[in-house]
Amino acid sequence: MGEFMKSLTCLAILMIGANAFAAGGEIELEKAGNDPDNTASLQRGARNFMSYCAGCHSAKYVRYNSIGRDLELSEDQLIDNLMFNAERSSETIQASMPLEAAKSWFGQPPPDMSLIARAKGTDYIYNFLRGFYLDPDSPTGVDNLYLAGTSMPDVLWELQGYQRAVYVEGEAGSEGAASHVFDRFETVSTGSMSTEEFDEFVRDTVNFLEYISEPIRRTRRVLGVWVLLFLSFFLFVSWKLYKDIWKDVPK
Amino acid sequence: MARIESEIGTPQGGFMKWIDDRFPFTETMKYHVTEYYASKNFNFWYVFGVLSMFVLVMQLVSGIFLTMNYKPDATEAFASVEYIMRDVEWGWLIRYMHSTGASFFFIVVYMHMFRAMLYGSYRKPRELVWIIGMLIFLALMAEAFAGYLLPWGQMSYWGAQVIISLFGAIPFVGDALVELIRGDYSISDITLNRFFALHVIVIPLALIALVFVHIVALHEVGSSNPDGIEIKKKKGPDGIPLDGVAFHPYHTAKDLVAIIIFLMIFSAVMFFAPDLGGYFLEHANFEPANMQVTPEHIAPVWYFTPFYAILRAVPNKLWGTILFATAVLLPMFLPWLDRSRVSSIRYRGWIYKMALTLFVISFFTLGWLGVQPAEPVYVFWARIFAVVYFAFFLLMPYYTTIDKTKPVPDRVVYHG
Repeated sequence: MGEFMKSLTCLAILMIGANAFAAGGEIELEKAGNDPDNTASLQRGARNFMSYCAGCHSAKYVRYNSIGRDLELSEDQLIDNLMFNAERSSETIQASMPLEAAKSWFGQPPPDMSLIARAKGTDYIYNFLRGFYLDPDSPTGVDNLYLAGTSMPDVLWELQGYQRAVYVEGEAGSEGAASHVFDRFETVSTGSMSTEEFDEFVRDTVNFLEYISEPIRRTRRVLGVWVLLFLSFFLFVSWKLYKDIWKDVPK
Repeated sequence: MARIESEIGTPQGGFMKWIDDRFPFTETMKYHVTEYYASKNFNFWYVFGVLSMFVLVMQLVSGIFLTMNYKPDATEAFASVEYIMRDVEWGWLIRYMHSTGASFFFIVVYMHMFRAMLYGSYRKPRELVWIIGMLIFLALMAEAFAGYLLPWGQMSYWGAQVIISLFGAIPFVGDALVELIRGDYSISDITLNRFFALHVIVIPLALIALVFVHIVALHEVGSSNPDGIEIKKKKGPDGIPLDGVAFHPYHTAKDLVAIIIFLMIFSAVMFFAPDLGGYFLEHANFEPANMQVTPEHIAPVWYFTPFYAILRAVPNKLWGTILFATAVLLPMFLPWLDRSRVSSIRYRGWIYKMALTLFVISFFTLGWLGVQPAEPVYVFWARIFAVVYFAFFLLMPYYTTIDKTKPVPDRVVYHG
C-alpha cells in the first residue's frame, strides 16, 4: 500500500470514528446500566412488568412460553407469576385495559412495549421511569422531565414516592432572557423503596424490556462466536490453498 | 453390439462431448473462467467486484426466504417482520442477513467504484463497463429504497414520503408522477404492494441482467490493473499475456480468501451489532408506520446520506432535486471528464491526488452531515462540501490536463 493509500485509509477511519462519536442524543441521559445476560434480573423485570405495566401496555409480539424458555421459568411459574390475563402460555402479552377505553381515558392508547427498548433506547426508558414529578397543572397530577406533557400517570409512585423538579436560573441566552434550567429532583414524600432500591427496580424492568425487544440477542451472540471460529479455520485453509496455487507465479 | 452403437452413438468423447456438441459449455468456461487472463498484481481494491456479486447472491437467497413469511399488507407488514424475528425458525438470521447485507452491499459497491477512480478503470476501452456499472448502482439505489418501505416502520414510511415527494418538484408533471409512484394520494397499502413487486421482481431481474452484461463487457475488453496499462500488449509465445494469470484457479483462490475475510467482518456485525448503533437498522423503524405522527428527525439510511445532504443544502426544492440527481449521475461521465495521459493513481501528479482526497473527504463529510438535523451550521457545511463534490467532477477536464504525470512502465509493478 502506497503512502497515498495509507493516508486515505487513516482519513476514512478518522471520519468513521467522528461519525460514531457524533451520534449521541440531545438530552443528557443517565446510563441504565442493565445487563441482559443476568437472568435473575430479567426474571424480576418480568414480574415488575406484569405487575405494574401490563395492565395498560401490551407486548403483543411476546409469547409467555418464549419468556419461560429464555428466562428459565417453568410452565407453573409462568402461570403463577406472570400469566394474569392469559389462558395458555403460547399466548402473547395483551394489556388488561380495553383499547377503546384506553383511547377515551388517555386520548391515545398506551404504546405496545414489544420493541420500545429498540425504538427509544434503554437509557431513555430508565430515565423516563424515574423522571415523573409533581405538576398541579397536569390532568394526571404529574409530568415527566423526559417526555413533557405525557398522558402516562406516575404508576410507580407507591414505590418511588413523589418528587418535584427544582430549576435554577441559567445564564442569559442570546435573546437576553435568563433561561430556566432543570437542576435536580427533590423528594416530596418517600415511597416504600429507597432511591437505590427503586433504581434497581427500574433497571430490572428496563432489562426485561430490552430482552423482549430482541429475545434472540443471547442466541445470536453465542452463535456468532462459533461462526467466527469456523470462519477463522476456513480462512487458514483457504490461505494455504491460495499460497499453494500462487507459488509458481513469478513476481 | 455394433447395432446398438450405431443407434446410441460411439462412447468416444463421453458426457462433456455430448454436452459441447449441443451447448458451448467448455468453450464458455474457457472464455470466462479458465482462460480469462487478469493481471497478477491485483491488490486489496480488486476484490470488491467479486464481493458485490457474492452479496447480491446472499441478498437474493435471504430475500426468497423472507418473502415466504413476509406479508405485503399495511396492516400486517410490521407484525410479519416481528413474526419472522421471533416465531419463524432461524427467521431472525435470515432477516439480519438481509438487513445487514443491504448496508454491506453499498459498502462493497462504493469500494468497487472507488477502485475504478483510483486506477482509472473507467477509461478507454472500458467506458461501457463503467456505464453499465453505474446503471447497476442506480438499480441498487432503487432496490434499497423500495426494500426500505417493506418493514413498514416509521422511517420506512416517512423516508419514502420525503423521497417520493421530490418528484413533485418537477414542473408540470410532478404531481401526477408522485401519484403514479404512490398509486394513491398518500403512501398507503397500495404503495406498499407496488414497492414489494418492484423490490422482489422488477429490480432484481434488472440487477441480474445488468450484472451479466457488466461481466460480458468486462471480459470483452479485459480487466484493468493497478498500473492502468494493457496486459494484452505484452504476450508470450503461447498468446497468453505475460502479466496475466487465469481467473480460475488463480484469482478464484485469492477471491475465496477475500470472501472469507468479508464474511468474518459481516458476521461480526450481524451477530454482535445488527443495528450498528442505529446506522444499519434505524431506531425509529422499530415503531410501526404512523401517518399521524412525523418522527422528529427523518434521515435516510447511511448509504443515501451524502446525496441527501446535497439535496438539503439547496433551499429550492426543484434545484435541490436537480442537484441530488446530478450528484448521483455525474460519475457516469468520468471516462470523458478525465483527460489525464495516465490511468492509475500511481503515475498521476499531486493535483489529481489532492482532488481525489478532497472528493473522499467531501463524500464522507456529506454522508455525516446527511444524518444530522437540518440546522443552519450543518446546512452551511453541506453547501461547502457539495461545492467540493461537484468541483471534483466539473473541473476534472482542466486539472487532469495540467497535472504532471510520471512515466508509465511497460509491465505491471508490485508495490510493497
